Amino acid sequence: MKVLVCISHVPDTTSKINFTADNSAFDKNGVQFVINPYDEFGLTRAIWLKEKKGASVTVLNVGGNETEPTLRKALAIGADNAIRVDAEPSDAFFVAKQIAAVAQEGGYDLIIAGRESIDYNGGQVPGMVAALLNWPFVNACVGMDGEGPEFNFTREIDGGKEKLSASLPLVIGGQKGLVEESDLRIPNMRGIMQARTKPLEVKAAVDAETKTSVGSFSKPAPKSAVKMIDAENVSELVQLLHDEAKVI
Amino acid sequence: MASDLFESPDYYQIDDLLSEEHKLVRNATRDWVKKEVSPIIEDYAQRAAFPDQLIKGLAEVGAFGPYIPEEYGGAGLDQISYGLMMQEIERGDSGVRSTCSVQSSLVMFPIYAYGSEEQKRKFLPKLASGEFLGSFGLTEPNFGSNPGGMITNYKDMGDHYVLNGAKMWISNAPFCDVAVVWAKNEEGRIHGLIVERGMEGFTTPETHNKWSLRASATGELVFDNVKVPKENLLPGRSGLGAPLSCLDSARYGIAWGALGAAMDCYDTALRYSKERLQFGKPIAGFQLQQKKLAEMITEITKAQLMVWRLGTLKNEGKATTAQISMAKRNSVEIALKIAREARQMLGGMGITGEYSIMRHMMNLESVVTYEGTHDIHLLITGADITGIQAFK
Ligand SMILES: Cc1cc2nc3c(=O)[nH]c(=O)nc-3n(C[C@H](O)[C@H](O)[C@H](O)COP(=O)(O)OP(=O)(O)OC[C@H]3O[C@@H](n4cnc5c(N)ncnc54)[C@H](O)[C@@H]3O)c2cc1C
Repeated sequence: MKVLVCISHVPDTTSKINFTADNSAFDKNGVQFVINPYDEFGLTRAIWLKEKKGASVTVLNVGGNETEPTLRKALAIGADNAIRVDAEPSDAFFVAKQIAAVAQEGGYDLIIAGRESIDYNGGQVPGMVAALLNWPFVNACVGMDGEGPEFNFTREIDGGKEKLSASLPLVIGGQKGLVEESDLRIPNMRGIMQARTKPLEVKAAVDAETKTSVGSFSKPAPKSAVKMIDAENVSELVQLLHDEAKVI
Repeated sequence: MASDLFESPDYYQIDDLLSEEHKLVRNATRDWVKKEVSPIIEDYAQRAAFPDQLIKGLAEVGAFGPYIPEEYGGAGLDQISYGLMMQEIERGDSGVRSTCSVQSSLVMFPIYAYGSEEQKRKFLPKLASGEFLGSFGLTEPNFGSNPGGMITNYKDMGDHYVLNGAKMWISNAPFCDVAVVWAKNEEGRIHGLIVERGMEGFTTPETHNKWSLRASATGELVFDNVKVPKENLLPGRSGLGAPLSCLDSARYGIAWGALGAAMDCYDTALRYSKERLQFGKPIAGFQLQQKKLAEMITEITKAQLMVWRLGTLKNEGKATTAQISMAKRNSVEIALKIAREARQMLGGMGITGEYSIMRHMMNLESVVTYEGTHDIHLLITGADITGIQAFK
């Protein structure tokens, strides 16, 4: 089984978010980047497939060379090789086209992406990849078992869980549950050393249009100061809710 | 204990001096410490118990012999990677770092550097995997700063040696499977011997009631006519220089490690002082507290540059013993000062186990004494710059 794991390179969750002067782009200055947490669950699941079923694991990123440390980390965790499509990941359709092209060319059977990436939270790429390849798509996947080529999946849906099965080739949009947080792997020193010599191939992008373009970003309004009102003073509270907060 | 929010200070963009691989090594070690050490360490330190469940994890992450070549079970990393690992582990706890320093620099290093091929094959992979825990016996009850005076000795009995004497203050002693022991032969020359658990006459009583390094086990190595096979003698080097060269490697790791403890104290005090309100504002807004924080980050930054440079020299094989002494002494000194100031900044909270500061502060009292006391390192620098020894 050939598994392709999509890895986005996203700001660490503790980063302070700022935008460039004209608010048209995220300001990467001084920001630490990590493997998208949803992708990390998928990567770990892929490593299990490698360890238990002898699958090969390729990690893929569409992005500039600043994302290579993130791919090296995935290699140190246990992926066999990495591919970087050298292009700015400008919109979901463009990225999906690139992933689909790599998947087709490389003859992969299973694509594991995250349900969304935590930077722009578009949540569109894996669905588009499945559509472009005409493969089944299991989104918000929280469980997977079976021997293959048919697998049983569990999906998280509003208010419950859905069980379904599908056969390879297919695309998964993974999240926590695919593996648990405690299953996530921290690279060890030997893995880091081995990652030095594992192949990281840089490919040129295939032609693809972008279907959306970013206008501008803005931050939520800062929280305003809290007004404390004496518990006895209900009439003042009502008056403020009416006149200032305008909620009643 | 509150969750571990540690972020490492990098006031001078020293990260730019590191490779991507160095950063991966550091972050992986940090993640491991946050996951495995931070949640349990306070409890173990309070109970003065050795967290032996960490041994397997330390081995897995690669903290035992990171710079020993892969063919002997190490990771083959460079000295800066080793330093960064020690920084991150001591950021968690000096006791856990001590266990790693002893295993890597004081047990694996002498076997790697001075051992026979058979000794390397027999012991190094098991030490790297954590199957064996090692200890290093140099200090004796009456010979601490002056180890050359040691009285532990062995006699050549033809087909084996007989070892007699006692070592004191030995980290990992109570649980060690092997001990690298320094002893004099009949001519009074110091050699290293590998003593194995189970050899008749070899015992390791534990030293109790320490107020420092409570999560690290310390004890004695007692040799009462211990028969040591001849193949357990380290053939590669003899004389006081042999154990001292191991200390160079360990002290180098401590120079990074103590800095890790300092960073943790600073990070804790900075976070706390921005949240703690007195007289209607965060205490971080008072000049006296800012002076403390500003001095802490200045000292941390200077020390970061120093250990980075030392690591570069060590990678090139150019770091001298005296340079290592200076960095070990400096890092421990600033760490102790920062721990004491940081503790005060937390007021009453600073004395509780809710925060790591007081544990670091007490741990550092050992770190300032072992691997050459604070005074001895000053004398090493003094001798180096004047050419005149002032030890005796
Ligand atoms: C927790 C812990 C773990 C340890 N682990 C190990 C281990 O694994 N292996 C090992 O071999 N040892 C270990 N040690 C021992 C440590 O290295 C010694 O304690 C240290 O070398 C100091 O020796 P001492 O305690 O005998 O003090 P002393 O040498 O008696 O020193 C006492 C004081 O006198 C000062 N002094 C001594 N000589 C001079 C001088 N010439 N000029 C000026 N001042 C001087 C010292 O600086 C110090 O302040 C450990 C110690 C501790 C506390």
